[in-house]
Parts: sequence; C-alpha cells; structure tokens
Amino acid sequence: MIVNNSKTLLMVQGLRASINGTEILRGIDLTIKSGEIHAIMGLNGSGKSTLAKVLAGHAAYEITAGTVRFEDKDLLEMAPEDRARAGLFLAFQYPIEIPGVANTQFLRLAYNTIQAQRGKEELDPLEFDDFVREKMKLLDMNPDFLDRSVNEGFSGGEKKRNEILQMALLEPTLSILDEMDSGLDIDALKTVANGVNHITNKDNATILVTHYQRLLDYVVPDFVHIMQSGHIVLTGGKELALELETRGYDWVTANKRSIAGAIA
Amino acid sequence: MSETVATDYLDCLLKSWSTKSNEPLSWLNQLRARAIDHVSTQRLPTKRDEEWRFTDISALTRLSFQSAQPHTNLQTQDIEHLYLKEAKSSLVFVDGYYSPQLSTHVDSAVLQIGNLSTFLLTHASVLESHFGQYAKFDNNVFAALNTAFLRDCALIIAPKNTVIAEPIHLLFIATQSEVTCYPRCLIIGEPGSNVTFVEDYVSLRETAYVTNSVTEISLSANAHAKHIRIQRESAQAYHLANCAVSLAHGSNYQSVSISLGAQISRYNLNVQLGDEAAECTIDGLALISDNQLADTHTCIDHIKPNGISRQQHKCIVNDKAHAVFNGKIIVRPHAQQTNSSQSSRNLLLSKTAQIDTKPQLEIFADDVKCAHGATVGQLDQEEIFYLQSRGLSEATARSLLTYAFGAEIINRIPVNSLRQQLEQTVLNQTRGSKL
Repeated sequence: MIVNNSKTLLMVQGLRASINGTEILRGIDLTIKSGEIHAIMGLNGSGKSTLAKVLAGHAAYEITAGTVRFEDKDLLEMAPEDRARAGLFLAFQYPIEIPGVANTQFLRLAYNTIQAQRGKEELDPLEFDDFVREKMKLLDMNPDFLDRSVNEGFSGGEKKRNEILQMALLEPTLSILDEMDSGLDIDALKTVANGVNHITNKDNATILVTHYQRLLDYVVPDFVHIMQSGHIVLTGGKELALELETRGYDWVTANKRSIAGAIA
Repeated sequence: MSETVATDYLDCLLKSWSTKSNEPLSWLNQLRARAIDHVSTQRLPTKRDEEWRFTDISALTRLSFQSAQPHTNLQTQDIEHLYLKEAKSSLVFVDGYYSPQLSTHVDSAVLQIGNLSTFLLTHASVLESHFGQYAKFDNNVFAALNTAFLRDCALIIAPKNTVIAEPIHLLFIATQSEVTCYPRCLIIGEPGSNVTFVEDYVSLRETAYVTNSVTEISLSANAHAKHIRIQRESAQAYHLANCAVSLAHGSNYQSVSISLGAQISRYNLNVQLGDEAAECTIDGLALISDNQLADTHTCIDHIKPNGISRQQHKCIVNDKAHAVFNGKIIVRPHAQQTNSSQSSRNLLLSKTAQIDTKPQLEIFADDVKCAHGATVGQLDQEEIFYLQSRGLSEATARSLLTYAFGAEIINRIPVNSLRQQLEQTVLNQTRGSKL
C-alpha cells in the first residue's frame, strides 16, 4: 500500500556492481517506502537477481559505484548478518539444503539471533515449538518439516514455504523475495502469496523479483520496475505488469521511450 | 638406516616378552608364542609399504614403550563422566586390564559378558574356537604384538535368539604415560541374536602412550550387531587398531566409528561376508586438527552371493592435520548379486590440511552392483551466505555447516547420550575454524 508521509526504508542511488570483472548492475536508482510492495521484472540475465543478492550482501559481487541507504544506515558497509539483524530479509530462489541440522534447530537459531539483536526475549526449544507451529499454520505447512534436516529432500514448493516461514518468524522491515513463484503449482502459489500478504503491513516493505506476472495476481504490487541489461528501464503501476504479460519483453525493448512517455 | 631404527620399538618389546608358566591353558600360550615368533620375523611398516604409504609412523619407532603393568587407584567418581547412562553393563579396562570395581554388569541368562580370566573358567572351549581366528597376525605386526602381549580381554556372548536392548559399554581408559596397552575384545553373536556395544577409548591425561587394540566379532546366522567405536585418546597418543568381523548367513553388522584423538591413529577394519545374504553398514568420521594424523583402512570382502554392503566415510580436517582413507571392496567370483556402495566425503577447513582418499574396488564377479564416489571440498560460500542472510555470523555459519557435515554420521549412533556428547565435541572443535 502507498501510505502518505511514510518513512523511506531503502534508497539506492547509481548502484553499479560486477562479478569477476563483468558489470551486471549499471546504475540502479530505487526508492522504497514503508508500506509499499515493489515488483522487479525482467528477463534472465537482466540483473534482477543480482540486485537482490547485492542488497543482501553477497560477497561475490564487487560494488563499483553508488550508494544504498537502509533506514539511517549505509547498507553497503554492513556484513550480510548485520543487514539481516537490521531487518533486511532475502528469500532465496534456490534455498540451500543443510543435511544434519534439524529445521527447527536452524529456525530457532536464526530467530533468537534476531531477537537478541532487537533486545527481545529469546525462546527455549519448547516455547519456540509452540510459536513456530502457529506460524506454520499460516503457510499450511506440515509440522513434520520441523524435524527434518533444513530443506533436505523438500520439494520446490516446500522450500519456498520454508523461506516464507522464516520471513514470518524474523519479521523483517524489508523483504526481498527472489523468484518466489518459480517451481510452484497454482495452489502452492496461492498459499505462499497468502502468507506474504499476511506479513506485509504499513510498517514494512517488500520487493518481489519475478520473471512472470502470475505472482502479481496474488501479491499485488504498488510499483512495477522493468530491468534490462542492468538498468531499470521502466517504472509504472501494477498495470505495467499486465501490459508486459500480453505484449512481451520485446515490446519494452522496442518502445522504451514511447511507453515511458505514455506512462508519465 | 631407517631399518635399524625401525627395529628399536620391536626389539624392546621382544626382549620384554615372556610366557607366564603359571597360566593353565596351553592353547592361549601357544597362540601367544606363535604371535611373538611372527613379531620377531617382521619389521614395523614404513611409507614404502603400500598399505602404509600415506602414514608415517617413524615417530613410533623411536619410542621404547614397555607393556603397561596393572597399576591403578582410579575411583568410580574419577570416571563417572565417562559412563553412558543407557548402558546397564559396562566393562572398564584400565591400561588394558579389567577393573571389576569400576565395571557394572548384570550377568544373566540373557547375556554373558566378562573378562578373560572369568571366561577361561566358564567358557574355555568357546574362547578357544574363536580367539585369534578372525584377526590374523601373519602379515600384521600390530595384531601379532597385541596377541603376543595380551593379558586381558573384553568378552560378550549374545545367546541364541535373544535381543539385548541396552547398549554394552566397553570402556578402555589410559592412565599411564610412556607405556603400550593391548586392549582386546571378542564379541560372539549366536544365531538370531541382536546386540549393541560401544567400544570406547579414552584418556584421563594428555600424555604419550601407545594403544594397540584388536577386536574380533563373529556373527552366526541371522545375528545382528551394532558396533559403535569411539577413539578419543590423548592428543599425544598413538592408536593402532585392528578389527576383524566375520559374517555368517543372513547376519547384519552395522558400525559407526568416530576418530577424534591421538597424534597418529590407524584403524583397520576387515569385514568378511563369508556366507550368503550377509549385510554390513560401515560409517566413519574422522575429525582432526593441529598435527594429527588419522588413517582408516577398511576392507569389505564379499565371498558369497547376495551380500549387501553400504559404506560412508567422512573426514573433517583442520590446521595441518592429515586424514587418510583407503576403502577396499572385494567381490569374489562366487559373490554374484552383490550390492555394494561406498562414499568418501571430505571437508578441508584449512589450506594446510591434507586428505588422501582411495577407493579400491576389486570385482571378480560379473553380475553385481557396485557404486563408489569420493569428494574433497571446502565449505560452500553459498551455504555460508545463506546462513549469514539469516543473521548468523560467519564464524557461527562455518561452525554450523561443519557440525552438520559430521552430524550426518554421528546421528547414526543409536545411543542418545553418546550422540549428544559427540555433537558437543564437534561444535567445540569446529568453532572458529578459518580458511
């Protein structure tokens, strides 16, 4: 939702980043205020997933120019764990598997780390169990997933639910959901979207990184940005995603200027 | 040059060997005498021997550690922390000698356990038919030494068609420095029996000594045994161990062995699937750091058809430590329909750590399924980033991932309290590892 006079959570200015000497982000400007949901769309290789990883602090990317403010902090100066503790969350496109560590053990460790940072009470295993089971209902997740190893043998949909479960537990200020819809059938997509809609409110913000419009039927964005070759080439409202769905990415390439003019 | 040095340790031991004429049973003395004859014709292995090419034990050859003498004033409270709460029966050996005061066991019709002297009185013929039958010492100088110098033994007989629910703890405690101890175990599973035992090597002090152990396990038809082996010797100790397992028709042997201690350790595990439809599951974990060397040599020998073997061996190596794994699997011409898999996975935590892993398959039958694989790697950067993105520090992330790598093996130990102890050990040891 767009809220009047809301606080700016994220301000990206002129951000450039490369990996192994290849420039992927070529000057990104993006401002996100609390309450807002932004969709970043683009073809494979447009740089949208890189933007997500750079914001979360992935060490493989070198920042060559630009600034990123997260609330009152210089985000680029912070280690990934400090970004997480400050309220930034990345839901991974491909969540990793950790055989040998029970999901509940991992979730509690992450939860308590964040709680400690916020000066809030940590939960012992029994208290946490009650707490996490409540959150799992939101995502229609089977409690059996608590005792299994983190993501090990989970289906694509189960992994995504587990990511959103973490989002629900950690209550981030800014969530970046990278290709949340990939590998999900329509029922799973609705469940996951429903979970996301439950978590979003006027005090937090969400970035949906996605290739397809499909997800945006269920989590409705306030802004849609289209990325190409490391730039945001087009920004509009939710109708831009629908336009893109019917006309395809070629339409953007061919008509960048005129579309921008029409939307403005 | 090195040949002459290499005989010092043996010379010293050879001179100290004597038969005890007051001992009644001649077969045992004859066995010892045969063993010492073998010792006198052999030398200690060097890196020129194929079986020892990665493992340099020349440091051992410079020592003149005599056999340990029985000498203990250990009290129960000194070793309380070492008991396993699940185990109703514990046999405790101090420097290789049985300690009745420290042991607890219920000797009933269901289970026969004890040490050498008691079994020589009650089960002499059973002993004679099994003792030294599986761990051959013809080409194994350490097994020969153990047999020649053995003074005591931990014995378990699981009687026919009985299931022993609680694990049996065989606890070997080293207390003296600059001595050699010769622990010995014999486990006999009668037909249809089921037993779980923990073979546990610990030290109460950080001193140098040699443990030279031999374990023999014989499972009759359809017998099951779970063998948990924990090597947590002093960081200055030498641990040289041989374990030989003989599997009859339809029997099932599962082992989890964990190597944590000793400056140099060598574990030879030989499993012979001597009859049809025998099955074994062999899991191992070596977790070492500083200048430790841990060598595991296993041989799984499929002799008859329809055998199954599964093996997973993992090493976590930090600092300048060196881990060795050699996994031989033999499938003999008659062993058709054998199903065998082996995996060796290794984690290097420092740039100076070293791993040598060698799967060795010798297959002489044509209708078999044998899979094997080996990997050596470091912690995955993407995995570390994932955990950091959830607020965990890099050090915590590394520690958790290392722990998880080892936990896959530790989780297979069917004794809760032991599993928890080991999980804590792994967490302590992996904390702060850096590349």
